[in-house]
Amino acid sequence: MLTDRDRIFTNLNGRRGADLQSALRRGAWDGTKFLLEKGKDWIITEMKASGLRGRGGAGFPTGLKWSFMPKPQEGRPHYLVVNADESEPGTCKDREIMRNDPHLLIEGCLIASFAMHANACYIYIRGEYVREREALQRAVDEAYAENLVGKDNVHGYPFDIYVHHGAGAYICGEETALLESLEGKKGMPRLKPPFPANMGLYGSPTTVNNVESIAVAGTILRRGGDWFAGLGKPNNTGTKLFSISGHVERPCNVEEEMGITFRELVEKHCGGVRGGWDNLMAVIPGGSSVPVLPEHQCQDLSMDFDTLRNLKSGLGTAAVIVMDKSTDIVRAIARISYFYKHESCGQCTPCREGTGWMWRVVNRMAEGRAEKREIDMLLEVSTQVEGHTICALGDAAAWPVQGLIRHYRHEIEKRIDDYSRNSTPADYPIAAVAAE
Amino acid sequence: MTKIIVDGAEVDVPAEYTILQACEAAGAEIPRFCYHERLSIAGNCRMCLVEVKGGPPKPVASCAMGVRDLRPGPNGEPPVVSTRSPMVKKAREGVMEFLLINHPLDCPICDQGGECDLQDQAMAYGVSGTRYFENKRAVEDKYIGPLVKTTMTRCIHCTRCVRFVAEVAGAPEIGAIGRGEDMEITTYLESAMSSELQGNVIDLCPVGALTSKPYAFKARPWELAKTESIDVMDALGSAIRVDSRGREVMRILPRINEDVNEEWISDKTRFVWDGLRTQRLDRPYVRENGRLRPTSWPEALGVVAAKIRAADKARVGAIVGDLAAVEEMFALKDLFGRLGVINVDARQDGSALHPKHGRASYIFNGGIAAIDEADAILLVGSNPRHEAPVLNARIRKRWRRGGVRVGLVGERVDLTYGSEHIGAGPASLTELVEGKHSFARVLSEAERPLVIVGAGAFVGEGGEAVLAAAAKLAGEKGGLCVLHSAASRVGALDLGLVPDEGGMTATEMAASGALDVAFLLGADEIDVAPGTFVVYLGTHGDRGAHRADVILPGAAYTEKVGLYVNTEGRVQVANRATFPPGEGREDWAILRALSEQLGAKLPYDTLNQLRAALFQAHPHMAALGEIAAGDPADIAKLADIGGTLGSAPFAGAMPDFHLSNPIARASAVMAEMSALKRTGFAQAAE
Repeated sequence: MLTDRDRIFTNLNGRRGADLQSALRRGAWDGTKFLLEKGKDWIITEMKASGLRGRGGAGFPTGLKWSFMPKPQEGRPHYLVVNADESEPGTCKDREIMRNDPHLLIEGCLIASFAMHANACYIYIRGEYVREREALQRAVDEAYAENLVGKDNVHGYPFDIYVHHGAGAYICGEETALLESLEGKKGMPRLKPPFPANMGLYGSPTTVNNVESIAVAGTILRRGGDWFAGLGKPNNTGTKLFSISGHVERPCNVEEEMGITFRELVEKHCGGVRGGWDNLMAVIPGGSSVPVLPEHQCQDLSMDFDTLRNLKSGLGTAAVIVMDKSTDIVRAIARISYFYKHESCGQCTPCREGTGWMWRVVNRMAEGRAEKREIDMLLEVSTQVEGHTICALGDAAAWPVQGLIRHYRHEIEKRIDDYSRNSTPADYPIAAVAAE
Repeated sequence: MTKIIVDGAEVDVPAEYTILQACEAAGAEIPRFCYHERLSIAGNCRMCLVEVKGGPPKPVASCAMGVRDLRPGPNGEPPVVSTRSPMVKKAREGVMEFLLINHPLDCPICDQGGECDLQDQAMAYGVSGTRYFENKRAVEDKYIGPLVKTTMTRCIHCTRCVRFVAEVAGAPEIGAIGRGEDMEITTYLESAMSSELQGNVIDLCPVGALTSKPYAFKARPWELAKTESIDVMDALGSAIRVDSRGREVMRILPRINEDVNEEWISDKTRFVWDGLRTQRLDRPYVRENGRLRPTSWPEALGVVAAKIRAADKARVGAIVGDLAAVEEMFALKDLFGRLGVINVDARQDGSALHPKHGRASYIFNGGIAAIDEADAILLVGSNPRHEAPVLNARIRKRWRRGGVRVGLVGERVDLTYGSEHIGAGPASLTELVEGKHSFARVLSEAERPLVIVGAGAFVGEGGEAVLAAAAKLAGEKGGLCVLHSAASRVGALDLGLVPDEGGMTATEMAASGALDVAFLLGADEIDVAPGTFVVYLGTHGDRGAHRADVILPGAAYTEKVGLYVNTEGRVQVANRATFPPGEGREDWAILRALSEQLGAKLPYDTLNQLRAALFQAHPHMAALGEIAAGDPADIAKLADIGGTLGSAPFAGAMPDFHLSNPIARASAVMAEMSALKRTGFAQAAE
């Protein structure tokens, strides 16, 4: 359990002000100049020592990612792009940062840009986040007004920060599609390699980081990488924002230590599962794209990247979706499938055609209007999508379906049985059928 | 060079190769839909997946991954790629299944049937049955112009067409709207495409989504006779394949010739074939009492012979048109030389180009491929977008690579690439020569500058001075490039089809009272004044035939074997795909028959004998596909001619791209395109 002393986001619930003065009182922008004076290498070493893994879902070590940026060359500016296109269903952690603690993010942008030789940072905000954009823009304006950022700022490092508002496409949260969209093109993922660190925004070296990964940087450097590494579990260090939604008593966003058990997370912060723990049926532990876990795997589940990966699921964005026994699990997954079908960009074949196919079959299965052999076919179709696409949306569409079949095959079969049992009209005279 | 192991065989390939290219170098076949050598890499069809050992445990798209991005083995072994492993087989089957679930099963009524990439690859890499029992997607067809027919339900979203129009044609009019499975390929608001190269999307489309509208439901590929030939619609001599059935040309497709047209052809080249059927002259005619009367060959030839024999030879002349092959021009020159006629001219546009200045003065020196290396290009009096669309695409390709500046003297036009408009007329050319314009520095500092002068710039007063000025601008680097617009012109100049000393040029011959008898060898772009007895040897009932007193029906370029010399000076042979209609004959044979009537019998009875005589007189004509280079010294000499430049602004040689010759003017398709262009392509779907 995280003590208040170790909390990074001290205004996550928005009870205090989000303005600069309030943020300064909470410790934001404290000694930033001193941190920058320690040098780029020190920052990256410290970030590596903290063991921070990217908070956008894939969990790639942030310090390592920063170190991938090439040496600066004349005529090739470096860019930092912050991915605030938080569109994964279930995830709502970044919006609280942008609403209530935006200065931590802006400070992190400055530090990260400094560490990567970038003089400009773009924050790409999801189209639906209108209030969040306003809040963040307000904070950026404050920072400019106080000369914390800008061409000639108090930190002595020329730095500009731009807030860009997207148009609301899920795929623009994929880092290369985000760059395309930022460049003014249709949001379609690029082929990799070349990776953004070599050829990113406008063909220049670029690092794309999640809001949370950037926002924690300032505090980590102030308190030291060792402090952050001391929290959580080995290889899964530090604190993490959890967005708990679904059938709990009080859904909430909360900062907790990595590796907290699912039971503790829900008991302490959400008042437990609706109708008691016996009523728990399934949990999607990391946003809609990770496979669902059944109740018996969840009770003492440690919420961290490695444990969840070993269970063939994932921590993702730590958007915990709790489902009790009133849930129609097949319909729930069918709805997720529809989401991915709707959000597929249509660029590459397996995702464009496969997401629609999977949705249609799962949707029929939700009614029971299917055959049992189609379950295996569906599983195979999902493996044909997974790993064959340009970006990870194909995987994200396939995993929920695979999770459903892995753990709830009996539920689908029961649905099919029920449907076929009821679909024969009992009062239909058999003789009449034979006569036709 | 990088070593890589493909299916167990080690190959050494350049480091910039993609895995797909490396696999092909190793002899492994990689199926693909979206990948095309001449377009950017999209990597979206996912058909070219291969397995890479040591990489992530999933297949990679070989078209998009470079060989240098592969990791070597732990001890420095070359990377290992497998194209036949179970993983690859499964991946291909999966992608093929996805492509087919929403593809209609309408192969029996699809024009692509028999030459469809999807059909072929489904046979080779697909599975036999289907597991998809949901409703198939249906997409509304789009109107994208009178040339390309769409059946959008068949589209597999490879985006080749989108990339072609954006990258090669330079008219980014096609794009994709919607996303996911609702993505549709269309033009903006379904207006017609405006590019002169749009027909190439038909060849690029791997399925039957984009097919030829004029050819729709006309024939199946396997019932067509295929003849490799050369195009005459412009002076590039693009390599084409003429597909014919029986007596009719059914369609025209490009062939690959890296030096000339790569693999593109213009719309006029591709869609002109309906003009080969209409307005044809299929029997000889003689004008009586102002009306043309059908007649027999002996009578027609007799009338012509009598007229020529009776006339004063100084008042007889011959004008050669734009589509004539070398053989008939040679026979014509031979015949009229024997008759003592000195008024022979192939420059019906009144151009000042003359063989006396040497070959370098009238060819595209250095060849079309020189554009790829040019670092400064000056266009003078030319709109290559109309005069040679494929060449224009090549300049655009060069421009896209960067490091080249393009200047334009002449009409301000949209060339599809960035250019500096220097001025409209000869005055600007003078400025350049005198070094007063900033672009003069660009030219003089460039290492490989090209000065491309359109045929229209040499017309009229001061034509020779333009040549001199262009030669001076090209300087010692030899980049004087004459861009002809008539397919016959370079061949004619090679043969010396210009009036001898004291003879009349084509313009003078056409003037009132200049001639008693004018012999037009397919010359339609010139008006012979009333009073002259006109003999027209040609193929179409066009301007020349309307003016003619005797019509001798000849053979079009698909109906005879003939040599053509393109604007580079490259000798190429066009082959016969069909026979001339009715009583039409090959032009050289008509001239041979006429020579007998005139008592000046030409000493060749077969085309081979004629060719032998031709090759003896002009040995470079025997080297097919080769360019006999011009002498750079000639260009230097040209620069000294001087002369006074005219004052009228340069006019393009081809005001109406679609209606520039008798065959195109007979084509309904070209007429429709021309009308559409005049209305600014504003027409939307009905």
